Amino acid sequence: MPRVLLIEDDPSVREGVELGLRRRGHEVRTAPTGEAGLAALGEFRPDLLLLDLMLPGMNGVQVCRRVREDSQLPIIMLTARGDDFDVVVGLEAGADDYIVKPARTEVIEARIRAVLRRIEDPGSGRSAVEVHGELAVDRAGLTVAKAGERIALAPSEMKLLLHLSAAPEQVFSRQQLLEHVWEHSYHGDARLVDACVRRLRNKIEDVPGEPRYIQTLRGFGYRFGPL
Amino acid sequence: MRTRTGKGAPSGRRRGRAPRLRPHPFGLRTRLVLAFLLVAAVGCGTTAALTYRAARNAILEQAQNTAVSAFREQVDALYVSLPVDPESLRTDLLRIARQGKPRPWRVYAEYGTVRVSSTDRPTSTVITPELRARAQARDATPHAGFQRVVKNGTPYLTIAVPAVFLTHVEGTARPTGLVLYAVMELNEEEAGIEAMVTAARDGALPALAVALVPALLAARGVLRPVRELRHAAHSMGRGRLDTRIHAKGSDELADLARTFNESAAALERSVAELRSAEARARRFASDVSHELRTPLTGMLAVTEVLDEDAGSLDSDTARAVRLISAETGKLAVLVEDLMEISRFDARAAELHTDEVDAADCVRKTLQHRRWTDPAQVVPHLTEGIRARLDPRRFDVVVANLVGNALRHGEAPVTVRLYAEGDVLVTEVSDRGPGIDPEVLPHVFDRFYKADRARTRSEGSGLGLAITLENVRLHGGTVTAANLPGGGAVFTVRTPL
Repeated sequence: MPRVLLIEDDPSVREGVELGLRRRGHEVRTAPTGEAGLAALGEFRPDLLLLDLMLPGMNGVQVCRRVREDSQLPIIMLTARGDDFDVVVGLEAGADDYIVKPARTEVIEARIRAVLRRIEDPGSGRSAVEVHGELAVDRAGLTVAKAGERIALAPSEMKLLLHLSAAPEQVFSRQQLLEHVWEHSYHGDARLVDACVRRLRNKIEDVPGEPRYIQTLRGFGYRFGPL
Repeated sequence: MRTRTGKGAPSGRRRGRAPRLRPHPFGLRTRLVLAFLLVAAVGCGTTAALTYRAARNAILEQAQNTAVSAFREQVDALYVSLPVDPESLRTDLLRIARQGKPRPWRVYAEYGTVRVSSTDRPTSTVITPELRARAQARDATPHAGFQRVVKNGTPYLTIAVPAVFLTHVEGTARPTGLVLYAVMELNEEEAGIEAMVTAARDGALPALAVALVPALLAARGVLRPVRELRHAAHSMGRGRLDTRIHAKGSDELADLARTFNESAAALERSVAELRSAEARARRFASDVSHELRTPLTGMLAVTEVLDEDAGSLDSDTARAVRLISAETGKLAVLVEDLMEISRFDARAAELHTDEVDAADCVRKTLQHRRWTDPAQVVPHLTEGIRARLDPRRFDVVVANLVGNALRHGEAPVTVRLYAEGDVLVTEVSDRGPGIDPEVLPHVFDRFYKADRARTRSEGSGLGLAITLENVRLHGGTVTAANLPGGGAVFTVRTPL
């Protein structure tokens, strides 16, 4: 079962979520502040970070940025609906998904599973490494290299790239991507997709403003290529 | 917590242009100008008429007095031997005619049947029978008479003087039977009078033109405050309650302006009080729901633990635990709905639109809620309509309407989706008893209970209110009605 680090300042939320997840078999470590959470990272080595956005001292967005500096640890933000600005900033900072509070444990767990789920290799017969222009995608080893240089991608970025590049030149609507990459409902928050696309472009495109790999089709969605 | 204060004026963005002044054919300005002109015209007219009459009389009287007295002198100095010798009389008449004052006369003499004149014709046609009768009256003392006559457009003065001889016995004058007539044209006098009329007219026209100036000034003096008042009232109507008029002077219009300003200030105060009270109430609701959310998050996370372990507890404790778990879930929904409503009230709700396939969107809503049994929900969705909407909010709209129909109406619930011009129409109808006509206007009210005895429905009581707000956010409308064949129908219209 995955190991989850929960950073949350409110004791009742911390305890409730910890209790719920532990009952479902997760190994949970909690921290009341961002600083304490960052300190626990190295020692606890979690599989996933559950991060409250509103924290005293160092806030959730800052914690998120700090983690992303040297790690592609899956991050899920805990937020309240209406704190829209924070959600966008958090997603830009590199979070993979978010959960609106209050949420039942089954919802939290479903999100954790979705973020941790490895994308199944659709074409098992294909060669493990695909080359698209300067981009080399290793579907089995889950690595991406550009011009021979490895690029570190967060889990959601990796999944999005694998999903899009599995069917080059096919257009996916944002709703489809939400369903397939994030396992959200069709009516989920499309800003998840947009923020992830922006992050991905910043990492793989030569000029993020004029993307070659992840192209936008206004009013329809995104597609990979044509190169 | 972030709150956005509501916009002061609902139409603050719509800066309407200043109201255009419609031309009034009989507006204040026209009426004032007409009144001034009328007064000036009557003034000028009356003065001119009175002056004309007085001057005319003076001119004519002077002319006729001169003529009458001069003629009488001439006649008195005349020595006529009777019976009349026409030849010598004619000589006399010619002399008298030459000496006419103020102008030469034409002189005629009548004695019985004898007619002598200073002209070619023996008698004049302008001498009237009345004048003749008066001068020839033998019974009374004969005296001179005169008359003004207009003949063929030419005015004449006719004078009749009977020649008398003095009786030395009684010292009285007795008529000789000879009457002398003098006829003088009054053309020159008439021309002088004409010139006066022209002068009066030429004086009146500039006077009328000059009267226009104070008329326009007075109209401006009245109209400017009126126009200001109009603009101010218009601006107040558009929600700019801080509108004031510059009130100066001490006339009635200034009083009106001051009254307007006082009323506007009073209105602004009360509206500000109402707004702040409303804002406080909204902020309170928002704060309460935010405060409730944190403990609820902890509670909701552990409801599963309660549900799982309830089976191993004794029955009373188990029931209590299950109750807490179930109610926690409902409370979470209620708080979530309250916060959603607070965001609408604070105008902090944001629309994240995307271009989607409308039928797909509705279908996914039904699938997601597991409303896939055709005995429960029957979809009639027009395929291929691309609409620009916020998928999450549209999902809430459809889910609330279908959920409401299933709860309060009767299955099967029909969901129709079609385009009408550039409007996307979503219709949710049920086969239930319909909505009580008294309740119909209130179905979108918050926490509205159709039946007071029914303390709580399954939903939060905010579902339809949230639906309404979501539709409005899309720039659309939602209406509730009863179908003629029974059942209620909710119709959502949103721009494509």
